[in-house]
Amino acid sequence: MKRDWIPLLLIPVLAVAALPLVGAPSSWVTLTVAGLAMGLMIFVMASGLTLTFGLMDVLNFGHGAFIAVGAFVAASVMLALGSWMQADSLWLNLAAFLPAILAAMAVSGALGLVFERVIVQPVYGQHLKQILVTTGGLIVAEQLLKVVWGPEQITLTRPTALRGAILIGDIAIEKYRLLAVVIGLAVFAALALTLNRTRIGLLIRAGVENGEMVEALGYRIRRLFVGVFVVGSALAGLGGAMWGLYQETVTAAIGAQVIVLVFIVIIIGGLGSVGGCFVGALLVGLTANYIGFLAPKVALGSNILLMALVLLWRPQGLYPVAKR
Amino acid sequence: MLRALLSDDLPRSRWLAVALVALLVGLALAPFLFPGAKSLNVAAKICVFIVLAASFDLLLGYTGIVSFAHTMFFGIGAYGVAIALTRMGPGWDAVAVGVAGGLALAIALAVLIGLFSLRLRTIFFAMITLAVASAFLILASQLSDITGGEDGLNYRLPMALRPSFRPFEGVTGRVLDYYLVYFVSLALVLILLRIVNSPFGSVLMAIRENPFRAEAIGYRTVVYRTLASCIAAATAALAGALLALWSSQTNPDTTLSFDIMVDILLMVVIGGMGTMYGAAIGAVLLVFAQNYLQDLLAIANQALAGVPVLGNLFHPDRWLLWLGVAFILCVYFFPTGIVGRLRKR
Repeated sequence: MKRDWIPLLLIPVLAVAALPLVGAPSSWVTLTVAGLAMGLMIFVMASGLTLTFGLMDVLNFGHGAFIAVGAFVAASVMLALGSWMQADSLWLNLAAFLPAILAAMAVSGALGLVFERVIVQPVYGQHLKQILVTTGGLIVAEQLLKVVWGPEQITLTRPTALRGAILIGDIAIEKYRLLAVVIGLAVFAALALTLNRTRIGLLIRAGVENGEMVEALGYRIRRLFVGVFVVGSALAGLGGAMWGLYQETVTAAIGAQVIVLVFIVIIIGGLGSVGGCFVGALLVGLTANYIGFLAPKVALGSNILLMALVLLWRPQGLYPVAKR
Repeated sequence: MLRALLSDDLPRSRWLAVALVALLVGLALAPFLFPGAKSLNVAAKICVFIVLAASFDLLLGYTGIVSFAHTMFFGIGAYGVAIALTRMGPGWDAVAVGVAGGLALAIALAVLIGLFSLRLRTIFFAMITLAVASAFLILASQLSDITGGEDGLNYRLPMALRPSFRPFEGVTGRVLDYYLVYFVSLALVLILLRIVNSPFGSVLMAIRENPFRAEAIGYRTVVYRTLASCIAAATAALAGALLALWSSQTNPDTTLSFDIMVDILLMVVIGGMGTMYGAAIGAVLLVFAQNYLQDLLAIANQALAGVPVLGNLFHPDRWLLWLGVAFILCVYFFPTGIVGRLRKR
């Protein structure tokens, strides 16, 4: 299959175009790393959403709930392991951070399973009801979060080893952002390997392309879908945990805030396409950071503008999925 | 006469008719039946939200598209009047300019969003409206020179609408203001009723039921959907203008926030999608729930004071939780909401 490289080229083009506007190379590097970190975090959250859409034509407006749950669970674990977080040792810090994100993924994944069974399953194939019911699910989940964790926001401090920045010459790069880039790239690599090199991945890709044909060949696409939904929810939880630590505060509204960026990303990428989601996320992250530096007042509008430009160029998103 | 006024769309249920008449009369006599600033405020809010929910029903219930930008148009209408009154001083010319400006901006934005996203599937429209609305909310809080930022705008109403204005004994400008809101709201609801029962409304319902077939018969679905979203946006903007004229202050929380969007969604779905009257019932229900469900929950909360999590479930601030559950149950089991249930009896 011929690869379509043009959307991928947009990322370096955007980065290079921003260089003369930003001026100083050192702040440009800082902004670029920040943009990549933000983009990759959004990618982690968005990948599951776009796959479930591609596979079963289900768009979950309640996806933000998993993001928020992940953030809260991770915050609770990290606060419980507070002494390890504040210890002056990278290993102890990681020993607190890793269980936190694993717990976030586990709880979000489990919630995803319940959500799929209770909320999504009865409304397969009915878009209007899907939007309404999953929005209702988001409202209820947000309220339940307040029931369990209380209405106040939780303040987090990053572990000692991840605070501050690394200085290379006059270039400052925040350590936590580097970690976010590493985790994000790892998730992308794992997803890409699973999708392109395993049997399950083959079935998922085939299912996105033509679900009926996969079913006709004797595979239960329903089960595949539940699996993808759960993994997608777990990834949303991971993304939420990372985002919470990035913002250093966690509120019940975190899901609703981030979900807007997630939607913009999957629209730009083309609904159902993981590669498109990756490119879209990086574009959104970079644009948000460059514009946020150059003209802070229009930062959020810039994402809408980016989306409008992409849709003018490719109305179905960067990588349209064949059947839609 | 009555049939003509209601565009031949009668309640078709005795209890619904009783409820609607009670609502109409109750609201008409509100300044005399329920004196006091707070209850009059609730009555005016109900009027405004009936219009807002009815205009949202035109989209959701009749055309079958979900927009998350409805509060954006509501806010545009409110800010139009608020900005004009702040800049031009308290006069009717300012009100006219504000309403006209708000309407123009709302319709222009609705056309733009519609042309961008209504050619594609409804799911695109839902996502894009959500993104645009959230950008607009941030924009309104950022441009504090024009909109007053997070605090919003406080302004003086035209002379005749102020509480200090007393044309007759016992009638204040506040009461006049209430009747302005009441009659404009009533007229707007009747106009919407007229629209959904016209041939145009039939096309919208055809699109809701089966867009491909509607297109095949020869109706340009994009045009009809865009028109419907323009009408809904214009009506929402007018509702916003009414709110601005009522409350003499406009801020992001009361006009643009997503909480209000959620409220409208709950009103239309619980009241009954695609019925127009459902919007009225839903709006009343929600405004009452906001004011009185909390009291009920407080009682339950006290009864469960010792139990840790269960007690929190019934915390007065968690009323939205219960309405959210009701919302989900409605979508599954009563897609036509309260009005649909009443009509089936």
